[in-house]
Amino acid sequence: MATGAAITSVVIVGAGQAGLEAAAALRSQGHEGSLTLIGEEARAPYQRPPLSKDYLSGKTDGESLPLRADIFYNNNRIDLITAEKVTAIHRAIHQVECASGRRFSYGKLILATGARNRALSIRGAPHVRYLRSWEETDAIRARVEHVSSAAVIGGGFIGLEVAAALRAREKQVTLIEAGERLMARAVSPTLSDFFLQLHQNHGVDIRFQASVTAVQPNDVLLSDGTKIPADLTVAGIGVIPNQELAAAAGLTVGNGIVVDELLRTSDSNIYAIGDCAEHPNRFAAGINSGRVRLESVQNAVDQAKCVARGILGNPSPYEEVPWFWTDQFGVRFQMAGLSTGYDQAVVRGKIESAKFSVFYFNQSILLAVDSVDKFADHIAARKLLANRSKITPEQAADETMDLKKLA
Amino acid sequence: MPKVTYLAHNGKSTTVEVPNKHSVMEGAVKNGIDGIVAECGGACMCATCHVYVDPAWLDKLEPVEEEQEEMLGVTAAERKPNSRLSCQIIVRPEYDGLVVLMPDRQT
Repeated sequence: MATGAAITSVVIVGAGQAGLEAAAALRSQGHEGSLTLIGEEARAPYQRPPLSKDYLSGKTDGESLPLRADIFYNNNRIDLITAEKVTAIHRAIHQVECASGRRFSYGKLILATGARNRALSIRGAPHVRYLRSWEETDAIRARVEHVSSAAVIGGGFIGLEVAAALRAREKQVTLIEAGERLMARAVSPTLSDFFLQLHQNHGVDIRFQASVTAVQPNDVLLSDGTKIPADLTVAGIGVIPNQELAAAAGLTVGNGIVVDELLRTSDSNIYAIGDCAEHPNRFAAGINSGRVRLESVQNAVDQAKCVARGILGNPSPYEEVPWFWTDQFGVRFQMAGLSTGYDQAVVRGKIESAKFSVFYFNQSILLAVDSVDKFADHIAARKLLANRSKITPEQAADETMDLKKLA
Repeated sequence: MPKVTYLAHNGKSTTVEVPNKHSVMEGAVKNGIDGIVAECGGACMCATCHVYVDPAWLDKLEPVEEEQEEMLGVTAAERKPNSRLSCQIIVRPEYDGLVVLMPDRQT
């Protein structure tokens, strides 16, 4: 830790899970200097995944959302500053400047600025709600009490989770998707079809290739003239990385703040992690550039640990297996690896049993595994991918083949 | 409210009240007890809330389900017969007095 001891102060911009975990990892790995964690929201860091799932459905309350108890910050000498926006990075003098005028000096700076919801650009935009923060979710929860119908715009993970949570509260739900299938960017048609059936079986009315022209207080208008009853409209149409602060400071940005394998930006004293970071990823073999920006708990946590190692003088490249999960109507869907760019997908197990996995290959090399209520497959997949184990599509499809032995 | 005792690897013992239906993991996180990480927030995805249950309590707990069984196969510290994920131990009145030992590492 000789190098680490020289770092007197670390400032973290963004108090989401990546920022919080970076602070925690720095302390647990031995950082002794000051630690300042600055977040725009009024609340201490909290979990986002439950917001669109059990919190929206009312199954859990807010008590379980904070990532750490308040005393954690004192115990670990983390100076948590909430409701404060960082407006500029003064690289020459190693300071960040806040909207309030306060300035903080850094030895190393970590940008964990996250992402924000893409907004619909249509008439009636004020009637559209989005779900990313606790506050936004509370606003939707408060509204849900008084509505009978809801429209969800966007058939990705968030849209589907919101649709499921609203059905759990017995609302009439219509899901509007611009494309031809669900979760099209992330999963194979086999899985899109499975989730379409699941949602339809639970009473969600799904409209494909539909575009919204206006959102009114009690309905949504589609371009073909259809009027969808909706006392509540929630859009989940993707996110935009918060990279403007970095760009304004002259750091390289692309699809996020550009970092190297040690998560350093184009300024070696500044790192970027989590949803805002465009990073090289060894599991992105199916993506030409080999670079991705991932929005997940796994990526936030593992990049936080990686950046802490780097700052404390024990650098090692970020090379953790990406994993994701979603819960819809009691079905657990788990993903390992990145399937983008696959040229072959094989199914293991019976789709009719609602317990199966899809293995994705690119030139016979395993890229990713998506599992529907197949926990053992998911865990085996993480190992197969981490170890770069050889597995053929035939072996993957053969249920008598023990995946763990191959890993 | 049932009391749960968390024994750290270094011997430090902390006893807190954990409300019924809350998990042993939540009891630790909400009270700022180090040694249980819970990166995934209790979704049974990460195996960083691993504990060793005091053997005297073992047969009083619910049997380990498939998801937990798989997750226990990838814990950072050694898996033992009394290994459990604390996010999957949901507190009930009869768990009053439960003791769990936290491993030396979670990641």
